[in-house]
Amino acid sequence: MAELGIDRLPGRQGVWVALCGNARVWGGGGVVGLFALIALFAPVLAPQDPLWQDLMLYQMPPAWLPGSEPGYWLGTDSLGRDLLSRLIHGTQVALIVAVVAAGAAGALGVLLGLMAGYFGGWVDALISRLIDVWVAFPPVLLSIVLVAVLGAGLHSVIIAIAVIDWTRFARVVRAEVLVQKEQDYVASAVTIGLGRWRILFGEVLPNVAPLVLVLFTMEMAIAVIVETILSFVGLSVASDRPTWGGMIAEGRQVIYEAPWMMLMPIGCLIALVLALNALGDGLKTALDPVLRR
Amino acid sequence: MPIGFLVNRLVLAIPTLFGVSVVVFVLLRVVPGDPIAMMIPPGAGQEDIDRLRVLYGLDRSIPEQYGIWLGQALTGDFGTSISLRSDVLGLVLQRLPATLELAALALLIAGALATGLAVLGTASRGRWPEAVVDGVTGTVQAIPDFVWGLLFILALGVLMPVLPISGRFDPRIEIDFATGFYLIESLARFDLDTAAMLLRHAILPAVALALPLTAVLARLLKSSLSEAMTQDYVQVAKVRGFGPGRLIVREAMRNALIPTVALSSVQVTFLIGGTVLVERIFSYPGIGNMAIGAVINRDLPLIQGLVLTFAVLFIAINLVADLTYAALNPRVRRG
Repeated sequence: MAELGIDRLPGRQGVWVALCGNARVWGGGGVVGLFALIALFAPVLAPQDPLWQDLMLYQMPPAWLPGSEPGYWLGTDSLGRDLLSRLIHGTQVALIVAVVAAGAAGALGVLLGLMAGYFGGWVDALISRLIDVWVAFPPVLLSIVLVAVLGAGLHSVIIAIAVIDWTRFARVVRAEVLVQKEQDYVASAVTIGLGRWRILFGEVLPNVAPLVLVLFTMEMAIAVIVETILSFVGLSVASDRPTWGGMIAEGRQVIYEAPWMMLMPIGCLIALVLALNALGDGLKTALDPVLRR
Repeated sequence: MPIGFLVNRLVLAIPTLFGVSVVVFVLLRVVPGDPIAMMIPPGAGQEDIDRLRVLYGLDRSIPEQYGIWLGQALTGDFGTSISLRSDVLGLVLQRLPATLELAALALLIAGALATGLAVLGTASRGRWPEAVVDGVTGTVQAIPDFVWGLLFILALGVLMPVLPISGRFDPRIEIDFATGFYLIESLARFDLDTAAMLLRHAILPAVALALPLTAVLARLLKSSLSEAMTQDYVQVAKVRGFGPGRLIVREAMRNALIPTVALSSVQVTFLIGGTVLVERIFSYPGIGNMAIGAVINRDLPLIQGLVLTFAVLFIAINLVADLTYAALNPRVRRG
């Protein structure tokens, strides 16, 4: 079993043994990887230009339903645009937001969490207070106000997610740094005269990195959901860029004529979110003994 | 109920609301983009624009604007909605009952489902039903409420059209009620046909809102129940020969509810937050749906009023959760 490798020593090898033995890491990671590949090679994979309209072929059903049009595997939308191509390009937007927004929230949260945990004193008091205030402000209100302030667009989606969700990283990282600070390796680093920032980023950060990775994966799932929500209500990217949320909104309008139209982007959303959650859960279990909790 | 505690919490709510109103007010007014531009016809002269700016007070400094707004707000005047051209307080109060009824229904459903799942999971500890409960709650929790809503619309509104998927009531039916709480009022009047019609409209959005909360509550309650089951008093009851059903429901539940209630207030605020999108999807005429419209139209007075309304709701939920906690937990009640 995987535990054998871990119990002995939380070395690099133990981590890999634990990761490889975890089905959720494999399953979740596989699906996420597939979506990542689709996003990366979207222009190559999409059979058509996602914006090209063929008004003669509007609301064509997908290939397995009667009346479908050859070449349009998932059918077309109300403007005769190829749904498969739009879905593929929408994957790109979803993953860009997931990575950039989760990365921004993570960078901000990890930095503040590291500082609060390691420096203590007034720095900790200030940051902890800020976290308390932030968490008390419900995310819905904050996102309504932020999007109202920043206006629609991909940048405001990313900023909104980072500004709202940095606390998720900061709280956990702070608590973990408090534990790490008492470890021998930090004392050794202090003894040999390394600077505070050097210890923080060179020594402590690598040791909280597995934890940050778990949080990052979970945050990506949240970011994908938020992007879909905002593009659904028309507050995300400009309407000439296909998004899952935008496709859901279009499908909702013609739900009686073309019920399948909404199903595909919803299916993609559910698959990606469940996969990211499974990956995060799996990573957490696999890396837990390494973090000694 | 401890009156002092209640008063204390209400007094604490005042600075919170004040803070929220300042932050929102300032944020909304430092944005580039002119709300007046939204409401004038193309080709309107500068003179007309200036007149409107003065009318809405937008020509003054931000602290001045806030002072005026606060003074009026304290008398119940929250300004005039720019996009709907109507009194903000009136608009919000007109829509609020719809959201409150929907949220209350969702909360009832979540509580009932979560209790059932948690009891089932605890009773079947170590056997396959527990694994099913864990699997179901895990999956249900990962999928957000609005996605459930969309799936319900597809499944039960379109593919198998058994329930209405938009609005709060059948527009063909005349509704002549004294309050905005249609469901409660129709039940109070024993007008069961109308109540059933309202329920049929509310059930899908309510279940969609309830599902993620159900999963969280079921997990919390199940783990507290499992812990309570190992306590001495439950063991004593077991030795005395009580069956598992009685052990869980009569002995362990009361204590297991305490941590669940304590942790659930945040989750309930998420449910209220969820109404924003779920109402939109079901074209349900509540304040959540209105909030999205207000943001799209950059209707500053309306956004301000709605955000404050949500803040009041969140404070009220926390207060109710604290009071429930105190009522359940004798240590808090006496201390």
